[in-house]
Amino acid sequence: MTEWHSVKKYFNKNFFLLLSFVFLGLSVLGYENEKNHNDKVVTEGETQHENVDIEIMEKEYNAGESILEHIVDSYGWHILDYNGHSITIPLPVILWDEGKLHMFSSSRFKHGHSSYKGFHIASEGPNKGKIIKILEEDFLHGRVIEEGKNEVLPLDFSITKNVFAVFFSMILLCWIFISVANSYKKRKGMAPKGLQSFLEPLIIFIRDDIAKPAIGEKKYQKFMPYLLTLFFFIFLNNVLGLIPFFPGGANVTGNIAVTAILALFTFIITSFSANKYYWLHIINTPGVPWWLKFPIPLMPVVELIGVFTKPFVLMVRLFANITAGHIIVLGFVSLIFIFGNINIGLGYGISVVSVAFAIFMAFLELLVAFIQAYVFTLLSALYFGMAMEENH
Amino acid sequence: MELVSPGIGLIFWMTLSFLIVLFILKKFAWKPIMKSLHERENTIDEALHAADRAREDMKKLKFDNEELLKQAKEERDEILKAARKVKDSIIEESKIKANEEANRIIESAKEAIKNEKLAAITDLKNQLATLSIDIAEKLIKEELSTNIKQQDYIKKLVDEVNFN
Repeated sequence: MTEWHSVKKYFNKNFFLLLSFVFLGLSVLGYENEKNHNDKVVTEGETQHENVDIEIMEKEYNAGESILEHIVDSYGWHILDYNGHSITIPLPVILWDEGKLHMFSSSRFKHGHSSYKGFHIASEGPNKGKIIKILEEDFLHGRVIEEGKNEVLPLDFSITKNVFAVFFSMILLCWIFISVANSYKKRKGMAPKGLQSFLEPLIIFIRDDIAKPAIGEKKYQKFMPYLLTLFFFIFLNNVLGLIPFFPGGANVTGNIAVTAILALFTFIITSFSANKYYWLHIINTPGVPWWLKFPIPLMPVVELIGVFTKPFVLMVRLFANITAGHIIVLGFVSLIFIFGNINIGLGYGISVVSVAFAIFMAFLELLVAFIQAYVFTLLSALYFGMAMEENH
Repeated sequence: MELVSPGIGLIFWMTLSFLIVLFILKKFAWKPIMKSLHERENTIDEALHAADRAREDMKKLKFDNEELLKQAKEERDEILKAARKVKDSIIEESKIKANEEANRIIESAKEAIKNEKLAAITDLKNQLATLSIDIAEKLIKEELSTNIKQQDYIKKLVDEVNFN
């Protein structure tokens, strides 16, 4: 008991210090790699890479591409461009290809300009942005690989920017709520204080205004851990996504994979906690004329589709809301560069308006961040409640 | 990476980390938090109920006190009333008694006076009788001091007797 307590204490106090050192180390490492690479390029007498960099810098600004780059996942965490070099935290690439596990730093790709072990990041085509493996023409077996089919996708378990952000937010969640739980234990029966008093209304809100009315007084307790985790995970990531600096800024809840997993959890919990009336309701919908169910089971099919559309809608709603918000904010920022390309003065002029709009949008997004977390949690709770509704 | 095609890596890591975090938070955060929230709510509820009860008690106590006061006042009034009654009756009684006594005294005085008067009258009568007899004796002595007169008187008395 005491041992665990001391471990927790250590976890609370020192973990963040440790974590920040890890981040710092990673970024320094990334910069080192960058420098080494550039040195090598220079020593080898190839200035190709630098040319490419300059080319990118001077390439006409493409707002759509730039915005999309900020929204989608990536293999490294790009922090800023400095003196023509981009400072990026390299993240581990983990690939499973032909029964073999490959692990290496994403700095090996040199921002997608080079390949490593035959893998590289596709710059165009249907797999754009993903790691692909180019198959050489198989001289050994005398096969010639067709045009366009010379690339395969390895199973990609890389710790990408979004995976990293998910881990980060998960650790943050654990840290916040375990420390809050500790202060509950410490200040038993007393009024909340500090972080506790900020989070307590939210916890009570989820319990009293979401779980209790949606699921019912008797059964809601079973679902509270999931609903609370869900709400705070979405809310935290929505807010972190609005912070433009590291470690915020990753578009986690605007990523369809994340929202899909969350929706899948809701779907699985709904299906497993459903009672017989729920399934009976789907097979034999009450209050519908019999000829809609027999001989062609129209209503059961509609109901069954409904079972799957519910989590699907959950997934799309969160993804679309957060992504749209990011696109709008990035769009306003892009305006500065678009106008700046035409005329530098125009760029400065428009920046005032753009920043004003971006700030306005950021506030709106703050609202959306809460609303979407609330809606996702509320609908999940409603689905659980519907699945457990008694016949009446 | 495409916007709407989920990557297998993120799906894998997200599922894994979400499950782990769900488990950790359930065990080390939500359980103690929900428990202490529940406990605190119960405590507050109980305290409020206790306060309500105390207020109710106070009200009752106050009511009781008032009732008691009222009763005491009533009792006092009753006692005063009774005392007044007793006083009145005592006065009345003593008045009656005094009257009676006075009447009795007067009556007895009257009796005494009557007796005295009777005695006096009797005495007077006796004295008068004696006096009369004395006078009569003296008179008769005077009258009958001579023989003639005695003769005359006897003659007269004989005359008066009528022999029929």
